[in-house]
Amino acid sequence: MSRFVDVHTRVLVQGLGKAGQFHTDRAIAYGTNMVGAVHPGRGGSHHRFEGASDASGVPGRATRYAVDLPVFDTVREAVAATGANASVIYVPPAGAADAIMEAAEAGIPLIVCITEGIPVQDMVRAKRYLQGRATRLIGPNCPGVITPHQCKIGIMPGYIHRAGRVGVVSRSGTLTYEAVKQLTDVGLGQTTAIGIGGDPVNGTNFIDVLAEFQADPETEAVILIGEIGGSAEEEAAAWIATHMTKPVASFVAGTTAPPGRRMGHAGAIISGGQGTAADKIAALKAAGVVIAPTPTDMAAAVQEAMRRAGVL
Amino acid sequence: MKIHEYQAKALLAARGIAVPQGRVATSPAEAEAAVPPLVEATGVPVVVVKAQIHAGGRGKGRFVEHPDLGGVQVVTDARAGGGRRPDVEAAAARVRALAERMIGGTLVTAQTGPEGKLVQRLYVEQGVDIERELYVSVVLDRSVGRNVVMASTEGGTEIEEVAAGTPEKIVREEVDPAVGLTGFQARRLAFALGLQGEAFARGVAFLTALERAATELDTDMVEVNPLVVTRSGEVLALDAKVSIDQNALFRHPDVLALRDLSEEEPAEVEASEYGLSFIKLDGTIGCLVNGAGLAMSTMDIIQHVGGMPANFLDVGGGATTENVTAAFKIITRDPNVRGIFVNIFGGIMRCDTIANGVVAAVRDVGLRVPLVVRLEGTNVELGREIIEGAGIPGLVSAADMTDGARRIVELTR
Repeated sequence: MSRFVDVHTRVLVQGLGKAGQFHTDRAIAYGTNMVGAVHPGRGGSHHRFEGASDASGVPGRATRYAVDLPVFDTVREAVAATGANASVIYVPPAGAADAIMEAAEAGIPLIVCITEGIPVQDMVRAKRYLQGRATRLIGPNCPGVITPHQCKIGIMPGYIHRAGRVGVVSRSGTLTYEAVKQLTDVGLGQTTAIGIGGDPVNGTNFIDVLAEFQADPETEAVILIGEIGGSAEEEAAAWIATHMTKPVASFVAGTTAPPGRRMGHAGAIISGGQGTAADKIAALKAAGVVIAPTPTDMAAAVQEAMRRAGVL
Repeated sequence: MKIHEYQAKALLAARGIAVPQGRVATSPAEAEAAVPPLVEATGVPVVVVKAQIHAGGRGKGRFVEHPDLGGVQVVTDARAGGGRRPDVEAAAARVRALAERMIGGTLVTAQTGPEGKLVQRLYVEQGVDIERELYVSVVLDRSVGRNVVMASTEGGTEIEEVAAGTPEKIVREEVDPAVGLTGFQARRLAFALGLQGEAFARGVAFLTALERAATELDTDMVEVNPLVVTRSGEVLALDAKVSIDQNALFRHPDVLALRDLSEEEPAEVEASEYGLSFIKLDGTIGCLVNGAGLAMSTMDIIQHVGGMPANFLDVGGGATTENVTAAFKIITRDPNVRGIFVNIFGGIMRCDTIANGVVAAVRDVGLRVPLVVRLEGTNVELGREIIEGAGIPGLVSAADMTDGARRIVELTR
C-alpha cells in the first residue's frame, strides 16, 4: 500500500542552500535514498556528504557514509539522469512556488515543500498549476514525511520515530514530534508521520492523508493534530464519520487563542467566529474521535481510541 | 500588514478604482487647509473628517476625552445651496475645530478594545451624495485555495452579521488565478447588486479592477464597505480596508513603506526584528516556546491547569543565544509577568544549545520571577544538566509539558 514513501523512494533535493545542505546530510545519514540535487547555476558539479550513519534510520547500512551527490541546473535534467520519483524543496520563499511547479512539470509524483513564508498568491497559482497533474504536493511550511527506518524526507529528527502501528498527520511541526515521541515511548510507533503544513493554501489536506491511512493495511489507528483557523478539521471530521473505520484520536491547538490574531502560522487565525478550536473539537468528537485534552495526552488518546475499537 | 484607510484608497486609486477625493492631515492646520481645494475640486460643499487608526467601527466609536464625539464627522456648510456660493472658510474653520479635538485623542471602537487607539492622522474627504450602500470584498477561500470576490446589497453592515442573519444576500465568485475575474463573473456580481445603467458598467469595471488590485498587491483582504452608488450614478469606495500578506512584502517595498509602527504593539515590533513571533496577551505567565503549534498549545495547557498566558512566543527553528535573550527581555518587560515557562522540543535545534541560550539570557537579563524549563528531544540529558547545573535561583526543571505548566502556575499563585 502507498504510505507516501518507502525504501524505494528516490529523492531529489531542490535548493542546496544552508538548510538544504544540512537536511540533505541528515536524510543521507538516516538512509534516505537521495539521488541528486537541483540548484540553478551549479549544474554539473557534485556535492559531497559524509559522516556517521544515524543508527535509528534504515537498517543494515555501514556505520559511515560518503556520497557525492550530482547537482543539476533543472529538475527535468535531474529526473532524466537519476530517475527521481520524489523531491524535497528548501528553496527560499520567493522562488519556492516556482520550484514546486518545476518539479510538477518534470513529472515528479511526490513533492515535499519545507519552505516557510511563501506568499499566499504564489501558492494559489502553484495549486492551480498542479490541477490535472499526477503530482502530490505535501506542504508547504511543513516538517515533511517519514516512514520510520525506510525514508525520511524533511526536517524532523529521525531518532524519535519507530516503525509501528499509528499514522500521524499534523498541521504543526513541533506538535508532530511531541506525538511521535509519545507513540514511540508507549511502544505503539508510527507507520508514517506526515506534516501537511501550517499555511492557508497547501497541497495535501487531512482527508487525503486519512484516505491513505484508511487504505493502508499496516496503519491500525490515526492521530490527527489540528489547530485553529480554516475548516480543515471540520471537513476531516465529516470524512471520518462517513469513511473511516479505523480508530482516530486528535488534538487541536489554540483553545485559548484570541480572535483575529495570527499565531505564528499564517493559517492559524480565527476570524469572524469561524475556525475556533471549540468548533473543531466538537465536530471531531461528534465523528467519534477521541480528543486529547492536552498535548501531553496524545498517545494516551490514541490508546483509548484503539481500546474502544478493540484493537489494543 | 494593516494599513490606514487613506493609504488603502491611494493604492486602489492608482489601480483604477474609483474613490472619493481626500487629503490626509496630521495637524489642525493641515486639516483646515485641506478643505478649500477639496471643495473647489469636487464642487461639493460637504466634507467628512475621518480618524485614521488600524481598526474598524470608527463611526460608532467614541473618543475617551470627548464622549460625545465619534471617529467620523460630517461637516456641511449650512449656508450653501439656494444658488449661493458655499462658505468654504466657515467649513474649514469647523474642520479645524474638530481636528483640534480628534488629533491626539483616544478613539475606542468595537475593534480597538477598551484601551482605544491614539488618533494621529485624519482623512478629510469630499462628501458623497449616497443613493445605495453595497458591500464587496476579495478574500482567500482556504477550502479551495483561491481568492473569492464577495458582494452583498447589505452595505454598511458588518459582513459577519449579514452572513449570520441573511446569508442568501451574499453572492460570491471564485477567481481562477490563471485568468482572473472573468467578464461574466463581474456581470453576475453587478446584476446581483442590482446595478443598472451607467452604474452597472461602472460596477463591472470596479469589481474587475478590485480583483486585479488584490492579486497585484498580494492582499490578505480587500474590503470595500460601503461601496456606494451616488445619485449621479457614480460607483465609489466610500471606505476601504486593505491588509497585505506579510510573506509578500519583500516584493512591495512601496507598500512596506506605508507600515505605521505606532499602530503596532512595540514589543511585537521588537520581537519581529529578532525573528521571533510574539503576541502580547493579558495573563501573568510568560511563554517561550519553539514552534507555532507547540506555542499555541503551551498557552492552552497553562489555561487548562488554571493559569493565564501573558504572551504567545515562538522562537522558531533556529534559536540562538541572541534571540533567546531578546525573548527573555521582551517577556520580562511586561509588568504583568509573574513567572516564565520555557517549553522546548529540540528537533533539529538541540536541547543543549537552547539550554545554554536560556542560561546566558537569564544571567544577562537578571531573573526576578520563577522560571520553569521543560526540555525534550535531541540531547535532552545534556540540556537538563546545563539548566540544573547553572545554579540559577528560582529555576525549576519540569518532567513534561503538563508538569511544567502546573509548576509555573503554582509558583505564580
